[in-house]
Amino acid sequence: MAENNPFPGENNTGHVWDDNLRELKNPPPRWWMLAFWASVAFWIGYAILYPMWPIGQEPTQGVLGWSQMKEYAEGVAQITAKRAQFEEKLAGMTADQIIADPGLKEYTLASAKVLFGDNCRACHGSGGAGNPGFPVLADDDWLYGGTTAKIQESIAGGRKGVMTAHEKILAPVEVDTLANWAVQMNETAGAGGSPEGWALFKSKGCTACHGEKANGHVVDLPNGEFVSVGAANLADGIWRFEPGGFESAKHTILYGVNQPNVPGTRDAVMPVWGPDATRGGVAKLGPEEIKKLVVYVHEFGGGQ
Amino acid sequence: MSMSDTRQHQAAVDALYDEAEHWHVNTGGETIHAKRIRGRWRTIKWVTASVWLIFFLGPYLRWDGRQAVLFDIPNRQYHLFGVTILPQDFWMLSLLLLFFAILLAVATALVGRVWCGFFCFQTVWTDIFTWIEERLEGTPPQRRKLDQEPWSRAKVRTKLTKHLLWILIGFFTGFSFVAWFTDAPGLWGAFFLGEANSAAYISVALFTVGTYVLAGYLREQTCFWLCPYARIQGVMLDKTTIVPTYDERRGEPRGRVNKGETAASRTNGDCVDCNQCVAVCPTGIDIRQGQQEGCITCALCIDACDEVMEKVGRPRGLIRYASLDEFAGQAPKALLKRPRVWVYATILAVALSGIFYGMSALDAIDLKVLHERAPLFVTLSDGSIQNKYTLKMLNKMPEELAVRISVSGPEGLKLIGAEAPVVIHAGGVTPAMVFVKVPKRHLKKAQEPIRFRVEATRSDGLVVESERTSVFVGPDR
Repeated sequence: MAENNPFPGENNTGHVWDDNLRELKNPPPRWWMLAFWASVAFWIGYAILYPMWPIGQEPTQGVLGWSQMKEYAEGVAQITAKRAQFEEKLAGMTADQIIADPGLKEYTLASAKVLFGDNCRACHGSGGAGNPGFPVLADDDWLYGGTTAKIQESIAGGRKGVMTAHEKILAPVEVDTLANWAVQMNETAGAGGSPEGWALFKSKGCTACHGEKANGHVVDLPNGEFVSVGAANLADGIWRFEPGGFESAKHTILYGVNQPNVPGTRDAVMPVWGPDATRGGVAKLGPEEIKKLVVYVHEFGGGQ
Repeated sequence: MSMSDTRQHQAAVDALYDEAEHWHVNTGGETIHAKRIRGRWRTIKWVTASVWLIFFLGPYLRWDGRQAVLFDIPNRQYHLFGVTILPQDFWMLSLLLLFFAILLAVATALVGRVWCGFFCFQTVWTDIFTWIEERLEGTPPQRRKLDQEPWSRAKVRTKLTKHLLWILIGFFTGFSFVAWFTDAPGLWGAFFLGEANSAAYISVALFTVGTYVLAGYLREQTCFWLCPYARIQGVMLDKTTIVPTYDERRGEPRGRVNKGETAASRTNGDCVDCNQCVAVCPTGIDIRQGQQEGCITCALCIDACDEVMEKVGRPRGLIRYASLDEFAGQAPKALLKRPRVWVYATILAVALSGIFYGMSALDAIDLKVLHERAPLFVTLSDGSIQNKYTLKMLNKMPEELAVRISVSGPEGLKLIGAEAPVVIHAGGVTPAMVFVKVPKRHLKKAQEPIRFRVEATRSDGLVVESERTSVFVGPDR
């Protein structure tokens, strides 16, 4: 090839195609070579400073000692330090005090959102929207009371209400009357139950749990609070068990709530989140976490 | 002409051609040392270039006890004299950019690349750099000679001074740029004490190097190969656009002025082929080759040619601002009869009126309403429906405001959580959570409009307000 180069003295490699296409030996531009050697220098510097060579189980560590996990830990430490100023204040405060302080309330709501999402949302829905069978937390219907103290009690100690299955206690026509009555009560927020319904309600002993006014209050205390066993408030516009209505009410009356060995009974259990005696006092959530959740739930819009 | 006049005339012509030997068209391979001459366009160029003084001096203007123009990025506030613009109003910036883009287009369509020739920072800074070069190293032939000379003490001194001055200008360029974004007088102290933001040091460094390289070395090569606008503007010209043009019919055939030639016996055109137009060209092109991408229309060749025409006793204007239509013998089209003028003017008007609208409608407070989605609504024990809203109230005032919140919507609605005025802090967004409760029987549809209104009284007694419509969600009917 090189012997009969058709373009001698041109600094070509001697590779010629199609008569006149040939490969030249021009050097790359200066700037290109500078950039090339600069990248090589960068690479060497990087290899010295940072983890790089996969030798053995661990790569070489680099003289800077940098690692992703360290950077992560630093980030966590930073955010923890930032939170500490709030957490320290929260530690000595009650839920009511936190709610009264706009700045701390905002902080608590933001941090409790994660707790709620991890522990509560699966049943109660995000934002306390509720799910069929699991109470809406954003409304003002509190079977056990909606003050911060009562909410704290509900979370820490759990709840498990019961209702007898009336399938064998009541005649079918009585069940229908009562279910119809419950629908009327719901639609009128407690004002318009039929007299037959009221008569049955009182004579069959429902008042023992649902209260004289059918609002779930067994005893009203002078301070505005009430004593309850968690029985549903039948005198308001909210159904304890969705979707509500005649069939749903009838089902609850027939099969009750949390009845062992009754097929079709309603399940309604709020687990214990505080120290659990049945598990040797182990708590799923600490008191501070529960306090944050109390504030969070209270501020859904229905807290009292 | 008397004998002495003729001799003088001849001497001037001879000197011209002596000089012409040194000039040739530069294609980018070597540094262009353009000759600087006085002239009308040269003066205009200095005047237009001085627009950039605003860039250097602007940051020090004061308004109401603070910097008149300050782009405060950390606080996300942009002060323009009496107006403070927050990021929320930034849609106006796009209109401003549109305005300037179209202004560039309309100017280019009418009078060619005036931006390139008279205003562009690349042109202006290069002009200043070469002016310094000329002060220190002399005329183009002297400069070329100096470049080829071996290094001597004098050469080192001259070159060092030049490069230091260039770097100094680059530094002030960067410094002035940064000064628009921070307290300008304070920057002087902070910068040299090493207390300024690292972004300031990085910006100044980039600008210093950038200015030094672009105006000191790349110069016209920037316009040729780097700048997209140079190429874009080329397509904006049409046959009615006036640009510096060589009158070929008058000039050709070009030829040297011959000794003893009279106007009657002359067979050549008016162009005496002295190459002065090429000599003065900062981009090193030959205007006589017609419109070309390398021409930034700085009009310096007009000055040069007019001067020569004067010397050789021929009419001025062999190179002049003229359109292709004019050379084709057509009368220039009236401005208002050109479609481009109308289209561009319309867009300009739209952009301007948008900005004026935006400026006049700048609310002191701005309300955004976020409707809670989980849950969309809640049924309360009395049978009414409750919705939750987060109001994001932006306060553009430099003072705290106590905002009163009210709402209008379906009959019987009740606002909860906004009984007391909410204090919103200056220059930022404050959120507030409120509930709205409506008896179920008053809800006609699953979704009803609801209008929130916030108002506050400023310390000077003026009431500022903002409204926003959101939605009230209830159960499906």
